[in-house]
Amino acid sequence: MKRLVILGAGTAGMMVANKLRRRLPLREWQITVVDRDDVHLYQPGLLFVPFGVYRPAQLTRSRRRLLRSGIQFLTGEIERIDPVAKTVRLGDGTAVGYDYLVVATGTSPRPDQTPGMLGAEWRKSIFDFYSYEGSVALADALRDFTGGRLVVHIVDQPIKCPVAPLEFTFLAEAYFRSRGMRDQVEIVYATPLSGAFTKPIASARLGDMLDERKIAVEADFLVERIDSERKMLVSYDEREIEFDLLVTVPLNMGADFIARSGLGDELNYVPVDKHTFQSTAYPDIFVLGDAADLPISKAGSVAHFAAEIFTGNFCQYVEGHPMTGSFDGHANCFVESGDGKGLLIDFNYDTEPLPGSFPLPVVGPLGLLRENARNHWGKLAFRWIYWHVLLPGRRLPVPTHLSMTGKKQPDKEI
Amino acid sequence: MPVVTIGPAEVHVDAEGFLTQYGEWTEELAAQLAAQIGIELTDAHWKAISFLRADYPQRGETATLRRVSTLAGIPIKQLFVLFPGKPAKKMAYVAGLPKPRGCV
Repeated sequence: MKRLVILGAGTAGMMVANKLRRRLPLREWQITVVDRDDVHLYQPGLLFVPFGVYRPAQLTRSRRRLLRSGIQFLTGEIERIDPVAKTVRLGDGTAVGYDYLVVATGTSPRPDQTPGMLGAEWRKSIFDFYSYEGSVALADALRDFTGGRLVVHIVDQPIKCPVAPLEFTFLAEAYFRSRGMRDQVEIVYATPLSGAFTKPIASARLGDMLDERKIAVEADFLVERIDSERKMLVSYDEREIEFDLLVTVPLNMGADFIARSGLGDELNYVPVDKHTFQSTAYPDIFVLGDAADLPISKAGSVAHFAAEIFTGNFCQYVEGHPMTGSFDGHANCFVESGDGKGLLIDFNYDTEPLPGSFPLPVVGPLGLLRENARNHWGKLAFRWIYWHVLLPGRRLPVPTHLSMTGKKQPDKEI
Repeated sequence: MPVVTIGPAEVHVDAEGFLTQYGEWTEELAAQLAAQIGIELTDAHWKAISFLRADYPQRGETATLRRVSTLAGIPIKQLFVLFPGKPAKKMAYVAGLPKPRGCV
């Protein structure tokens, strides 16, 4: 029996496990998935919890039950990988041997990495929404907010779902308007980037949308610490931003066992070939999803397109054939903009998000870098697709590689 | 890709003036690039620039502030003092490397 071990049963690990279960014969392969618990969280839903759109119970399912039959599921903390002995050591001492290893343990918000964040104001006036507990606590805080300065803040890049802080900002603005209290709330968006987003055309469009909504942007703001007594963000270049309510995206880091195993970079991401996800250090280790150091957004859509490429490649690799699939960095994200509308962005390693329509020219039905209600409904419908198409490893009728169909390239050198 | 003359050298740069050819950089050029943005290079500056130059060929991309801080052992706070305002961009500019991706 050949042994495939998959660490992590989040979006990437779940898709890879279920896809490979169908491709690899049961009598020849033992597939084992390891995660610390049995609760799979629909992370895209966390954005909506603070605004009361989803009840938390709608966002979780049993990992074990989401995995196809024939896959072994173990729960336990991962202590370390020994890539030479090809063994994964768990916290309780269990050793799990592998022939091939998939690391899909993602990235996590780390509020402990910014001095003062976890002080007396944590979850009183300082919140995150990338965790289940954080988004639930923030719902109460928003409901009870009577006015003042809301600061939405990103500690540093890269973060998973890099559009989510903008979406949160748009939704918060619409939320306060709908409650008739927009005049009592000042909204500031503080980012380490030089503008609203990372890529120029999308950054300009999203920046205009912040302007239209009277949201101030504090750019190039790299936080050094939070002074929780004075309720102040303090940057390395000694700028200060006062807040009444702070919604922050803590530093994101890969899992600590990656560092203990000597496999990670300075943020515990594993260096890989950006077209095949193969570890640059150990050829029998592949890294899928947010855990890899790919130069593209950390996002579920990336994990999805990556998993499509990877499963074909993996079947070639284990037969001793060259891997013919090559990932182009394709990402595709809905961006909620408030008032029941949204945008869609579609991009890859070489092509930044462009305006246009998706997947077809003119008729769309989805608009690229344009607000419309169909994008919003697309985003909400995605939850069903996630549980019933993506995680079971079924194919979604969307091209795996980026297509220029429907996209418009504005004149360069604006 | 425009070619500009900096001191005695002709080099290729992008629209924002970042060098596009790793091999065209020299230490003398670094001093002149630094002068253009109002920085006089000291040993502390060189420690950061040397790290960036050595790291780039291995990684294929310009190191982030956090990477410089962690691996070269220079606190981020000090990088802001050495290269005021936008240290990641200024370091890359002086080291003759592409503007850091900042991210994606």
